[in-house]
Amino acid sequence: MNMLAKNRIVGTSVPRKEGVEKLRGTARYVDDIQREGIWHGATVRSTVPRALIRSIGFDRRIDWSEFTLVSAADIPGENHIQMIVADQPCLADGQVNHCEEAILLIAHPDKHKAREAVDSVHIEYELLPPIFSIEESEKKQTVIWGADNCFKSFLLEKGDVDSAWSQAAHIIEGEYRTGSQEHLYIENNGVIAEHSAEDGVTVWGSLQCPFYVHKSLLAVFDLPPEKVRVIQTETGGAFGGKEDFPSVIASHAALLSMKCGHPVKMIYDRIEDLAATTKRHPSRTRHRTALDANGKLLAMDIQIDTDGGAYSTLSSTVLSRATLHSPGPYVCPNVRVRSHAWATNTVPYGAFRGFGAPQTVFAIERHMDEIAAALKMDPVELRRRNFLHQGDTTATEQLMREPVLLDILLDRALAESDYYNRRARFAVENANSPIKRGIGIAAYYHGSGFTGSGERYLSSLAGIDVSFEGKVRVLVSSTEFGQGTNTILAQVAAEILGVDYDDVVMAPADTGIVPNSGPTVASRTAMVIGRLIERASLQLLSMLRDQAGLSAQFSREQFFNACDRLRVKNGEVVSLCRYEAPPGIYWDDQKYSGEAYPAYAWSVQVAQVAVDTVTYSAEVEEFWSAQEAGRVINPVLAAGQIEGGIAQGIGYALYEKVVLQNGRMANNQMTNYIMPTAEDVPPIHVFWEELPFQHGGFGAKGIGELPHDGPAPAILNAIKDAAGVSFNAIPLLPEDLFAMLHAAHKIEVPATV
Amino acid sequence: MRGNEAAHQFVAPGSLGAVLDLIASEPGKWTPIAGGTELMVAFAAGRLSAGNLVSIWDVSELRFIDSTPDEIIIGAGTTFRDLRADAVIAAGFPLLEKAASWVGAIANQARATIGGNLVNGSPAADSSPALLVYDAEIELVSVRGKRRLPYSAFHTGYKQNAMTADELLYAVHLPRRFAQHRQYLRKVGTRRAMAISKVALGAVALMSNGIIDEIRIAGASLAPFPARLHGSEVALARKAPTPNVIEAARQALLAEAQPIDDIRSTAQYRKAVGANLLEEFLRGLTRETDT
Amino acid sequence: MSGPQSKIHLNVNGESRTVTAPPMKRLLDVLREDLHLTGTKEGCGEGECGSCSVRMNGELVNSCLVPVLQAEGANIETVEGLACDGDLHPLQQAFLHCGGAQCGICTPGMLMAAKHLLAQNPHPTIAEIREGLAGNLCRCTGFMRIFESVLSAATSGTQETHAR
Repeated sequence: MNMLAKNRIVGTSVPRKEGVEKLRGTARYVDDIQREGIWHGATVRSTVPRALIRSIGFDRRIDWSEFTLVSAADIPGENHIQMIVADQPCLADGQVNHCEEAILLIAHPDKHKAREAVDSVHIEYELLPPIFSIEESEKKQTVIWGADNCFKSFLLEKGDVDSAWSQAAHIIEGEYRTGSQEHLYIENNGVIAEHSAEDGVTVWGSLQCPFYVHKSLLAVFDLPPEKVRVIQTETGGAFGGKEDFPSVIASHAALLSMKCGHPVKMIYDRIEDLAATTKRHPSRTRHRTALDANGKLLAMDIQIDTDGGAYSTLSSTVLSRATLHSPGPYVCPNVRVRSHAWATNTVPYGAFRGFGAPQTVFAIERHMDEIAAALKMDPVELRRRNFLHQGDTTATEQLMREPVLLDILLDRALAESDYYNRRARFAVENANSPIKRGIGIAAYYHGSGFTGSGERYLSSLAGIDVSFEGKVRVLVSSTEFGQGTNTILAQVAAEILGVDYDDVVMAPADTGIVPNSGPTVASRTAMVIGRLIERASLQLLSMLRDQAGLSAQFSREQFFNACDRLRVKNGEVVSLCRYEAPPGIYWDDQKYSGEAYPAYAWSVQVAQVAVDTVTYSAEVEEFWSAQEAGRVINPVLAAGQIEGGIAQGIGYALYEKVVLQNGRMANNQMTNYIMPTAEDVPPIHVFWEELPFQHGGFGAKGIGELPHDGPAPAILNAIKDAAGVSFNAIPLLPEDLFAMLHAAHKIEVPATV
Repeated sequence: MRGNEAAHQFVAPGSLGAVLDLIASEPGKWTPIAGGTELMVAFAAGRLSAGNLVSIWDVSELRFIDSTPDEIIIGAGTTFRDLRADAVIAAGFPLLEKAASWVGAIANQARATIGGNLVNGSPAADSSPALLVYDAEIELVSVRGKRRLPYSAFHTGYKQNAMTADELLYAVHLPRRFAQHRQYLRKVGTRRAMAISKVALGAVALMSNGIIDEIRIAGASLAPFPARLHGSEVALARKAPTPNVIEAARQALLAEAQPIDDIRSTAQYRKAVGANLLEEFLRGLTRETDT
Repeated sequence: MSGPQSKIHLNVNGESRTVTAPPMKRLLDVLREDLHLTGTKEGCGEGECGSCSVRMNGELVNSCLVPVLQAEGANIETVEGLACDGDLHPLQQAFLHCGGAQCGICTPGMLMAAKHLLAQNPHPTIAEIREGLAGNLCRCTGFMRIFESVLSAATSGTQETHAR
């Protein structure tokens, strides 16, 4: 069978499948689509964080007969956005619970008039007391959601934490905080929607999960599945910011189209996208850790609290991942994690690359350095002493069946970064320099795919077909938004079928054409969908052998001829496969124990930073990342994922701050929300250890989110090494560094030599 | 995008005379627009209240760099890219060349003009500290003729200046007498490029035998408008930059600086860094040359 | 108050084009809506992200900040003008080979900035590449593959063999 030629295509850096169109500027993003007769949509949003809506007035200087207006009363089905819990209204109905909450929709053929009309709607509010922080929410003095403000809670227990304290040689506590973070995809959210009585609703848009939007629209419009069609347009970045939010904007545009009778285009500008759409959950993690005299972990007591914003959206699943990643890649016989997601009157937080892991990996990896300092141990040695290995169990009692390469990754990262020599050199040089340098590490895992039985629940369907023009088409609802979906799935199919990479094309991500292979999230695509395409390809070869005379060894020519013969027999050439869980995956949702994830990717990262004591700025000067994520399907694309994730992680740590005033993002312009530019990113060095995972597509595990978990703790560990002061909250801006150094009496600019 | 292009009148008379006639005929009605790097941002954000704009981008009489034995004269329509490309500026006024390189990034520098930077009057303006320490003079022009005033008198308040309703900023004059001065300019922004200044400090000093004979210091974002730091200058004039003198100068800066808290930074941070920048400059004076 | 329309003459990618538009209309919108050249993108409307970058009279500018009246008579180069007779420009080839484009939305502006850089400086150092691209934000790549792409194009030679 041709699949034995494993490095013919898989494992090589074939060019990006849709690369030429992107480079020519001919790729069609939603705002590039121009249509006759299109109307433009705009949204009237709440200017207060929590209130009853007393009245809605319309400025008499406008001729409102030219406009179409939509309110909650116009919704044919359910007034909610279907995510996990149906608590988020599609349009506010009598009450608002966050600034920027959508109240009214406006459409007009002239996009300027649509936009200007927003300012001519006057809403009178009866203010209600808002809450804006985890602290306020958990006090429950003001209850804004459910009975007690709590969207979700988890309890994870292993062993007996309470009995461990008395045996501990050391008990170390710490509190770690992470702020919100904005995706800052360069393409803002946007859709075009068309409604008709005969055809139902069609939406084209910038999105990650066509079937999520599809499901949401079914509820809003009370339509059967065949009457709703969602088509992904070329998407200019997503990072989780287009996982759940598109259901909101799609519903809005479709409602306007329904009422005005024309297709409606709704494209947010940056000001609106920053203020009104989802962001990363802020968090507070508290650690209390017991260790023996040799620095081995005895017990971990962890409390995690996240801010979910005004509606639950994805807060429960983010909290789940935060919980499961909080103990770090370490062996510990006694663990207790208590986690809660809280409601506040801010724009609902949602999915963002890492999905809870960046928050709690920051905490545990900062905490390990605090422990090392307290025990006067080398932070590298402390980690080594406690690393998980094959045969150990995690905090959920999941047995590490596969080899765990943490030691190898650590050795590689230390060697490539010349860690010990740099550390020693900085210790000497810092004494006589206003620039203090430091080096820090982070070690962690990231669970690939959905938690526990999530994949079984999704029951993804995916496959391939072959057209009579001789093109193999990959049939998935998994979308491309820069991470390489199109390329790697085409590589997998081409490898197995014995055809050329260019013989394989992607079917449009159109719910009317492709099966539901689940959402493009959770670093599942290469592993889960790759495996489905692998199986579907093998299944097709099997069908061709059984029914169309394909021999055991065959050429590309012979493959296509056999497909022609099969097409004559069956009318079509198609092969679909449904997800099958790997054996032995057992997960208890109640006890939160068992196989939390079907597979883990592992990483050790090293950051070198320079802290300028004149400006209190910390910059990353160089960064190294060693990871094991199964088989690398496309080296150039994979490296690009790691580098991009690290750049975002650097932003998360040092540059990106969402400034809230009265629950509203005040710095909602790119000039004031700061991501690193080409002059700010350090040289990034990427190293792989490959250990094929038998249940992943060609041995692949997930890599999309892995690189975002480590940079923040590695950087802040490096800053501690540089400045001698512990920083436990991100983003760490120069103003924060200044305030802390000032308080710690560490402000001294030494004489320059 | 919240701007409506149909709601603004926009004309380009093309010559300086024609522009001046227009703004004299209807004083206060016409807003001049050069490269648009400020006004077009306001336009797209729906915040451009100016209903009538007159383009000065295409007025070639405003875009020049001339030199006489005594001074450099920079037309108000000169872009920051023009400034960076000019050898005389690079040689004689390195702080201005440095400031130009910090404006946004390449694409902004191709359109942003020195005149626009000054008339916009942000306390964080990139070119201002350099111009202040270089003793710049501003030349204004109207149908009534030209007049000059020290740049230090140009800004009269937060985003207010000494121009009358019918005047345009014509040129910036820089006296050519800083060849022997030690020079320093440092901008502290949110990142290395595309950064609005949180605080900046410019300084020039003439040294003889280790004594500061002459000193000028100016800050960005340390006052409601770009201004010299006279208190700090007094603390340093005719003194040697010893540790005690440096400490006294730091204290003088901390006392006279009036930064604010805003969306980008805090008053405390700005003050502390301003004092650090001053100290960095003064320590540098004990070295042979500027690094 | 509504202003009159202006007739604007542009030379876009070597072709003479005339548009009738309000003089305040952004060059970006004229390119995308009037000339249907949608390769140039809007990412921020503030001149911060560079995804609207084009070359105007040989300078790199953010077209979202240029009122079209000020582009009267200008030579405009957009991403659509890079490929020659269907063949990819060396920069486009390099980006394709080196992974310089992921989601692709910053790519047209990035290519124009890279083209501008190499026109001024055919053999830039990494530091010069960083400065030349500092006004073009990429959220996907972390910039490493973009630097590699530009270096690769510089090494292979990007001298135009045809007038544009």
